[in-house]
Amino acid sequence: MKAKLRFIIAACVLGLLMTGPFAVTALLLYADSKDAERAAFAQFLLPRLPLGGLITTFGFIAGLMLLRGLFQQYVQGLLRMAETLRLMLGANRNFRVTPDGPPEVRELARAANDLAQQRDELLTDVDAQIRQAKATVEEEKNRLAALMSELALGVVVCNLDGRILLYNSRARLQFKALAQGPTSTSGGALIGLGRSIFSILERGQITHSLENIQQRLRKGSAAPTANFITATRGGALLRCQMAPVLRTGADSAAVGVAQGANMDNPPGPLSGKGGDEVRQAGPAQEERTTALPGDELEVTGYVLTIENITRNFEREAERDQALQALTDGNRAALGNIRAAVETLIDTPDMEADYRERFTRVIADEAAAMSQRLDATMSRFADSLKTRWPLEDVLAIDILAAAARRIEDRLKLPIKHEEQDASLWMRVDSFSLIQAITFLAARLQDHYAIRELRLRLSAEGKMVFLDLIWSGTPVSSETLYTWELEPMTVGAETSPLTLRDVIDRHGGEIWYQRDKAAHRAFFRMVVPAAVTPDLAASDQVQHLHSDSRPEYYDFDLFAARDAAGSGIDLDRKLSELTYSVFDTETTGLEPSSGDEIIQMGAVRVVNNRLLRQEVFDQLVDPGIPLKPAGIPIHGITEAMVHGQPKLDVVLPAFHEFCAETVLVAHNAAFDMRFFQLKEDSLGVRFTQPVLDTLLLSAVIHPNQESHRLETIAERLGINVIGRHTALGDAFVTGEVFLKMVPLLADMGIVTLRQALDAAQKTYFARITY
Amino acid sequence: MSHRILVVDDEPNIVISLEFLLKKEGYVVAVAGDGEAALQQAGQFLPDLVLLDVMMPKKSGFEVCETLRANPALAGVKIVMLTARGRETEVTKGLALGADAYITKPFSTKELVARIKALLG
Repeated sequence: MKAKLRFIIAACVLGLLMTGPFAVTALLLYADSKDAERAAFAQFLLPRLPLGGLITTFGFIAGLMLLRGLFQQYVQGLLRMAETLRLMLGANRNFRVTPDGPPEVRELARAANDLAQQRDELLTDVDAQIRQAKATVEEEKNRLAALMSELALGVVVCNLDGRILLYNSRARLQFKALAQGPTSTSGGALIGLGRSIFSILERGQITHSLENIQQRLRKGSAAPTANFITATRGGALLRCQMAPVLRTGADSAAVGVAQGANMDNPPGPLSGKGGDEVRQAGPAQEERTTALPGDELEVTGYVLTIENITRNFEREAERDQALQALTDGNRAALGNIRAAVETLIDTPDMEADYRERFTRVIADEAAAMSQRLDATMSRFADSLKTRWPLEDVLAIDILAAAARRIEDRLKLPIKHEEQDASLWMRVDSFSLIQAITFLAARLQDHYAIRELRLRLSAEGKMVFLDLIWSGTPVSSETLYTWELEPMTVGAETSPLTLRDVIDRHGGEIWYQRDKAAHRAFFRMVVPAAVTPDLAASDQVQHLHSDSRPEYYDFDLFAARDAAGSGIDLDRKLSELTYSVFDTETTGLEPSSGDEIIQMGAVRVVNNRLLRQEVFDQLVDPGIPLKPAGIPIHGITEAMVHGQPKLDVVLPAFHEFCAETVLVAHNAAFDMRFFQLKEDSLGVRFTQPVLDTLLLSAVIHPNQESHRLETIAERLGINVIGRHTALGDAFVTGEVFLKMVPLLADMGIVTLRQALDAAQKTYFARITY
Repeated sequence: MSHRILVVDDEPNIVISLEFLLKKEGYVVAVAGDGEAALQQAGQFLPDLVLLDVMMPKKSGFEVCETLRANPALAGVKIVMLTARGRETEVTKGLALGADAYITKPFSTKELVARIKALLG
């Protein structure tokens, strides 16, 4: 528009320039001349005026054409080029200006293209660098996660709100071990990304430790950590060490900003009173004492290393008890004996009657002392003997390892005789395997045995490891000499003797002959360990999980609680934490007596399905299963028999789902089951519920089927392991995660919007 | 006039030695098998010294010691406590409660007699 206006003005100016000078000259001449001259002038000029006008008009038109051409080429051509340049700047980076028009414009276009080229190269370069940096970070993150998951110590990282950002498998096991009762599934899951650490550890203790750390930081301590020991609800003792996570980069401006931001926020639940004071003191102090290093460091979270010391503690206590039983328990008896003996010595001429009474006192007390000693030793034997760093190992694993080693080093064939696979021992596996190999080597060298058989059995608290061979008998004396030699196998020498190893384990070894079978054997006796069932099942679990567990989510560092525990309906769907669940039931009619027989749930945090954080529990319905249902859910009477009832499972499930949004497919059905139990079990599910069935109807209103399989197929999700509660919960969770961006495309972003939209759909009218 | 000693211990095996020993030294000895009996005996027997075991049924040696010390009629009585536990805290407690001496089992009879003699002066 503006250009067009300018064109019109330019045209007018051109017209004036062409006619103006002539008209002005004519007027001046006219004004200067006399009447006669004027008449002659007019007579001369007027007949020739049309010709002049015509020539001027032609001239004007030619000028106008020239002007238009220039205008189009320079003004509008440049405008067009500006548009394409904008395009290159924004939408389409690869677009280039076509050099067009007069040479100057073409030159300008080429220069612009060259600039764009240079920019693209730079951008590509930066992109590549960013990608590379990201890959490095990702790799480091993975390495960290791998490291964490293998650590033998429980590690939990939390932000200042006490939300868990990272935990390793050991931490999960430790807390799982703390859970009581049949629904340990939920107890183990109480540790979870985004969950509050305060459900496990006491808030006061954490706050206190954090304050200590902050105080130490302000004093400039190099290693500001805090230790505390806490007892859990189950009575277990945990030793925790807290180390702060500090904001990296000592950029004081950034810290200042961050502190300002903290001031704007309502104080987090963690800060409590003390925390507030600390925080409010921060910025004020900063102005005066900026030089102090403590002010520069901001704590953004903390690392807790957690060790369950219940067992150590019990063992210590047992040791103390044993020691006391051996000392104090014998003081009185020894006192009695000593008094009697001294009296006897001091009174040589004692009457026979008295003498006999004194002697009996001595005899009785000595006997009692021996008995007490025996009792103490048998009761505390384990705790007294295991001062070495011994570990609980499956006995059969030790034998297998020893067999491999013997076959490998000595080329001596090994046969396995009956071996009790359930036996656990407290051993130092390396030295024990060394000892077994050493004996095998000696037998091979001195008695030329051709094969060795290994046997494993148990008696009471003892595990027997037998090394059996046939033929040549050995004398007990030989074994005695072997026991005292340093163990050497080939070039490998150990500073320990066989006796050392045996003593270290509080064990014994002897030689025995089985004359009937023409065989002989060495028998090693090692104290049995209390079967660590938990560890066994966890190992199995560990083997079965093929992908690395997602135990960490540092993105939660930024997340702060909106309003304590309540769920904010106006938060984005992508930011919320969900418990996606499913139930299997005896039938489809909750109101006419059908019951829940299985519950499964999985957590979704920060847009990720956390396959490790699950709830999976069979439920004894207390009524017979309907034969029609068994082929569908695959759950039999035998499977539910002995399982906990719903009165235990539902409260556990309720705890699992605390502070999360519930998600289920056809949630109305499941919720109806819960509602019917609300009063009798005193468990009320008040959190918002999202239904993938309804959401599917929102997203694809024209599709006929909204069955879970169909939706999963539509959204391109592989369905594995359906029709177990947990399997269905997994599928539902994946479906839900795919739905979140689709909903966002429709303008449904917050939880409130999703709930409203779901309610409006046709299916919302179905009630059970 | 010979001194009177009350031996309080629930274990006959030590009582026999203590009784014999003290009688041999020329003391007048009475024996009580538990804390309550000790308090009863103390009122009638009016001992100059009580040899008191700490670990006893019914009433512990500490309780007996306190009760004895609270009785003005027995103001001058010396109390020697015997214990089968060697903890320092316990010794401190006994002395705090008014015992004159604290002897840990096993003990030397000679030492015990020497202590008693010293206490009875």
